[in-house]
Amino acid sequence: MAVSGLIFIGFVLTHMYGNLKAFGGHDSFNEYAHHIREFGEPILPHEGALWIIRVALIVSLVVHVACAVALWRRAAKARSVKYVVKKSKASSLSSRTMRWGGITLLVFIVWHLLNFTIGKVNVQGGATDDPYNLMVDSFDVWWLTLLYLVAMVALGMHLHHGVFSAAQTLGLTNNDKARRNAKAAGALLAVVIAGGFSLVPIFVLAGVITK
Amino acid sequence: MKFTLNIWRQPDAVTAGKIHTYELDEVSEDMSFLEMLDVLNEDLNAKGEEPVAFDSDCREGICGSCGLMINGEAHGPEVTTTCQLHMRSFKDGDSITIEPWRADAFPVIKDLVVDRGAFDRIIQQGGYISVNTGAAPDAHATPVPKDKADRAFDVATCISCGACVAACPNGSASLFVGAKITHLGELPQGQAERDTRVVNMVAQHDHEGFGGCTNIGECTAACPKEIPLDVISRLNWDLHAALRHGK
Repeated sequence: MAVSGLIFIGFVLTHMYGNLKAFGGHDSFNEYAHHIREFGEPILPHEGALWIIRVALIVSLVVHVACAVALWRRAAKARSVKYVVKKSKASSLSSRTMRWGGITLLVFIVWHLLNFTIGKVNVQGGATDDPYNLMVDSFDVWWLTLLYLVAMVALGMHLHHGVFSAAQTLGLTNNDKARRNAKAAGALLAVVIAGGFSLVPIFVLAGVITK
Repeated sequence: MKFTLNIWRQPDAVTAGKIHTYELDEVSEDMSFLEMLDVLNEDLNAKGEEPVAFDSDCREGICGSCGLMINGEAHGPEVTTTCQLHMRSFKDGDSITIEPWRADAFPVIKDLVVDRGAFDRIIQQGGYISVNTGAAPDAHATPVPKDKADRAFDVATCISCGACVAACPNGSASLFVGAKITHLGELPQGQAERDTRVVNMVAQHDHEGFGGCTNIGECTAACPKEIPLDVISRLNWDLHAALRHGK
């Protein structure tokens, strides 16, 4: 769970950085999208690096979900009779919403891939062969931007607890200071990644990033 | 003080239980929670009803026998054991819901009494050090650095009450196991069996049907001895090390 989660963190960080190329304009963004496909050539075949990343992500996803399902099932079996009254005393909202938040992210990822990678859905009905234009057309639609922002809240919360939890699972938080640092790292990564992703849709909707 | 008590009543391990409501008057704010239940039981006895069964032994917060879920909090609203909780922590006229620890690994025997034998079986899998008995060794024969001795002592304050399991949304006993692993793992005497200890104790923990830890942190907030969450990190560290060593 922790290791596959760390792979995801590395991925979303680079993905977020790449998205910020939208602020560089049409050519900068499309050149980046095109370059990912040429990355590593000529040693790697065309789209070779991209497929290595994709396979690593799919394997991580399978591991991550399998662990989550196993933990969820164990938890259900460990307390078959529920409390009449049960308070949450010290846990963060993000730690208590990892499972439903994870499902939310999974559903979002399916839509996101349909939107920009597999299906290339342009909700405005325009062209889909130009990554930058497809992106601007998508985020010009207020409800689609809202959907992405909600997903980024879910991602931020998942990261907030996930980073700390991964550090615990890997045995890296053996004292007060390390524990506080891991929690701070979780909060920082949540804000940087979810915030960084949110910038582009917000600026498209606000009309700053245009075709 | 006057209280409305909603108490889980269950005649035995196999019969289904349910919440019963009792009104209790003239409770002193200086009574401990268990003394308040004693008063209720005297009332019930006088009326010819079955008294409420609950566990208690030392009543001074060190044995770990008493443990009740009080208004959804393990051991109630204070950081202490149920026996050291006093009625002044509640307001006159409060409604108090009292339930047993809920975990399938801690089956209810009667009313508020659960069988915590699962903890004993986990301890039997390595929560000890094997030494030859005989004359006591010199106190300074095995030097222990002060910081390690302090940490070992801090986590050795675990009284195995089970509040961590009761509070955990996953029903995990990782804080309990982590406390034992850290306690013995900090000391030179615990090194020989360090790898086998963690592997066997975790295997027994899982076998008993406790849930998996997701590092939520309800356990440490409920712990009357304030065992910190980093013992679970230590447990994981030792488990990875043991697996690397091929145990």
